[in-house]
Amino acid sequence: MIDIKKEIQQDRRAFIKKVLGGTIAGSLLLVIPATAQEVAEEIPGMRAEDSVFTKKKFVFIVDITACIGCGSCCVADKAEYNVPDHNYRTWVERYIIDDHDGVYVDSPNGGLDGYTKPREGLPYPTRDTFFVPKLCNMCEDPSCVQVCPVGATYKTNDGFVLVDKTRCVGCSYCIQACPYSVRFINPVTRTAEKCTWCYHRVRKGLLPACVSVCPVHARKFGDLSDKTSEVWKILHEPHVISVLKPDMGNKPALHYLGLRREVV
Amino acid sequence: MSALAAHGGTVAALSNYVFPNDWHVHWSLMIVLYPYITGIVAGAFIVSSLYHVFGIKQLEPISRYSLIFALAFLACATWPLLLHLGHPERSYSMLITPNPTSAMAGFGFIYSAYFILLVHEILFIYRPTMVTLWKQSTGFKRWLYGFLAFNNDNLSPEAIRLDHRIISFLAGIGIPMACILHGYVGFIFGGIKANPLWATPLMPLIFLLSACVSGIAGIIFSYILIKKFTGQEIDVDCVRTSIKFLWGFFILDFVFEMLEVFTHFYMNTHHWHVLENLLWGPLYNTYWLYQVKIFSVIPFIVLGVLSLFKFKDRVILFFAPIVSFMILIQVLLMRWNVVVGGQLMSHSTRGQVTFVPEWLGREGILVAIFIMIAPVVILFILSKIFPLWVNKEAANEQPIT
Repeated sequence: MIDIKKEIQQDRRAFIKKVLGGTIAGSLLLVIPATAQEVAEEIPGMRAEDSVFTKKKFVFIVDITACIGCGSCCVADKAEYNVPDHNYRTWVERYIIDDHDGVYVDSPNGGLDGYTKPREGLPYPTRDTFFVPKLCNMCEDPSCVQVCPVGATYKTNDGFVLVDKTRCVGCSYCIQACPYSVRFINPVTRTAEKCTWCYHRVRKGLLPACVSVCPVHARKFGDLSDKTSEVWKILHEPHVISVLKPDMGNKPALHYLGLRREVV
Repeated sequence: MSALAAHGGTVAALSNYVFPNDWHVHWSLMIVLYPYITGIVAGAFIVSSLYHVFGIKQLEPISRYSLIFALAFLACATWPLLLHLGHPERSYSMLITPNPTSAMAGFGFIYSAYFILLVHEILFIYRPTMVTLWKQSTGFKRWLYGFLAFNNDNLSPEAIRLDHRIISFLAGIGIPMACILHGYVGFIFGGIKANPLWATPLMPLIFLLSACVSGIAGIIFSYILIKKFTGQEIDVDCVRTSIKFLWGFFILDFVFEMLEVFTHFYMNTHHWHVLENLLWGPLYNTYWLYQVKIFSVIPFIVLGVLSLFKFKDRVILFFAPIVSFMILIQVLLMRWNVVVGGQLMSHSTRGQVTFVPEWLGREGILVAIFIMIAPVVILFILSKIFPLWVNKEAANEQPIT
C-alpha cells in the first residue's frame, strides 16, 4: 500500500492521464462498431483494398503422396452443402496395386466414412496403395458450360464454374458431358449440382471447407498470380504434377502432385 | 427422375470401379424414345419426298399418308423431353435465352421450323381435297375445312400450278431439314467427347440412316395393317417399291453401324478397350444378340430376298409387315443401346453398371407405352380430317420433278 501511494504521489498527473486514456479508448470501442474480422484471412491478400478478384488465378492442388484417406474433406463438404446421400461433390478413391500389377480401385460411400479397414478378397499381396481425392476440375474449357442449353452452368470472370439452380432445367446434359463425373442431379431441387471450390468462402478470403479441414495438408488452394503463394511454388518447382484426362482438352485448374499413371 | 442403377452383385469383379456419381443412369427411356420418334418423323418425310420430289410414282398411294404419319409423331416428339426434364416449366428458356454453344439448345428452333414446314406442306398438298370437302360439308366441319384450305377455293390451273410450286419448294427444303432434324439429334450424342460410345463423327450419319429406315418401316407396317383392318385394297406395287427402299437404306445403316464398331476395334486404342468391356459386358444381349443378330441380320436377309426375287403378292404381304416390324424394333434397340448403353460405362473407364427401367414413374415403361400409343391416336384423329389415301377425284396432283 505504501508503495502504491508512493507511486501515485510520485507522478499523480501521469497516472490520471493513463486512467483517462484507457477509459476513453475502452468507451470508443463500445461506441464505434468493430471493424475487425471475425475469422482471420486464410488466403493472403484477399481482403486487401487493392485486391481485384477477377485478376486472380486460383488453382487447387491435391497431393496424392500426402492423403491418408481419412474422409474429413468429404464430411466437411457434406456438412457445408447438405449434399444428399449417394451424391458426391467430392470423394476419395483408394487405389491398390498388387504384385501382379493388378489395379483395384474403390470408393465406398465416396470415402465419407474414411478408410479404416484394409480391402479384403484381393487375389495377390499388395505392392502399393494410395488415395486420390476427386472434386471439380474447374476447367478452363469446361464441357458442362459448353453443353448447358440455357446457360445455367457458367464460368465466372474469376475462373469458377458455377451452377445457377434457379435457371437449370435439369436436362442432365452437363452430367453426360463432364469427363470427370463430378456432377449430379440433386433429388430435392431437381437441378444439376457440383463442387464450387467453396466460392462463397473464397470470396471472403477463406479456404475451401475441404482444404481447411485436411489434417495432412493434402489439399492446397491458392492464387497463382501471387508468387509468394504455396501453389505458385509447387507448380514452379520440379515436382511430378499432372491433371486428370489431359487429352480431353479441358485444361483443368485442379492439379495433382505425385499423380500416378493408374489414376483416371 | 433418374432411376438408380442396380449395382452390387450384378456387375461383380473386384476390379469394377464406377465413379460414385456414375451409378445413376440419367437419360433413360424418355431419351430413348426422343430420337426414336424424331427418327420416324424424318424417315416418313423422306418416303413422301421420294414421290413428291424424286418422282417415284409407285409410292403415290402412301405419299400423303406418310406426311400425316410424320405429323402425328412430330406432335409427340417433345413429350418425352418434357417428361425427362427436372424443371419442364423452365424449358421455354431454351428458346428465349439459348446458350449458342450448346448442341441441345438448337432443338426447339429446329423442331419448330420443321413443324411449321410440315404443316404447310400438308396444307398445300391437301388444298384441293380440303376445298372439295369444304364445299360438301356443313357447320363446324365447313368452317374447319375452309380454314385448312386457307379460305381459298380457287382451283384454277394457275392456282394449282402455284400450289405445286410452293409444294415443290417446301418439299425441296424439307429434305435437308429432315436430315438436319435427325442428323442433329445424332450430333447431340456424337458431340459428347467424354463418352467413348457416343463420341464419333459417324453418330449423326448413323442416326440419320436409322431414321430413314425406321420411317420407311413404320409406313410399310402401318399401311398394310390399316388397309387390312379397314378391308381396303393394298397396292402391292407400292409395298414392293417401299421394301426395296427399306432394304437400300438398311444396307447403308447396318453397314455403317458395323463399320463404326469395326474401325474402333481395328484402331485398338484405349477407347476400344472401354467399348469392348461395354459391348461384351452389360450390353452384350441388347446389342449383339438382339440388335445385331436377330433384328438386323434376319431382316437384312429377308429384305434382300424380297427385293431381289419375284414373289407372289401374298408372300410379300405376309413378310413385309413382319420384316418392317423387326426393323422398327432394331431401331428402337439401337436407340436404347446408344442412349442407355453409353451411360452404362463409368467415366472411370474401369467399370460398368446395369440398368433396368422402372415400370411406373415419370420415365417408366408405362409412360413410354402411352407415348408410343399417342401418335397412333393422333393419326386416327387426323385421318378423320385429312383423307389418308389418294382418291381418284382428288388426285389432281402430280409428282414434281
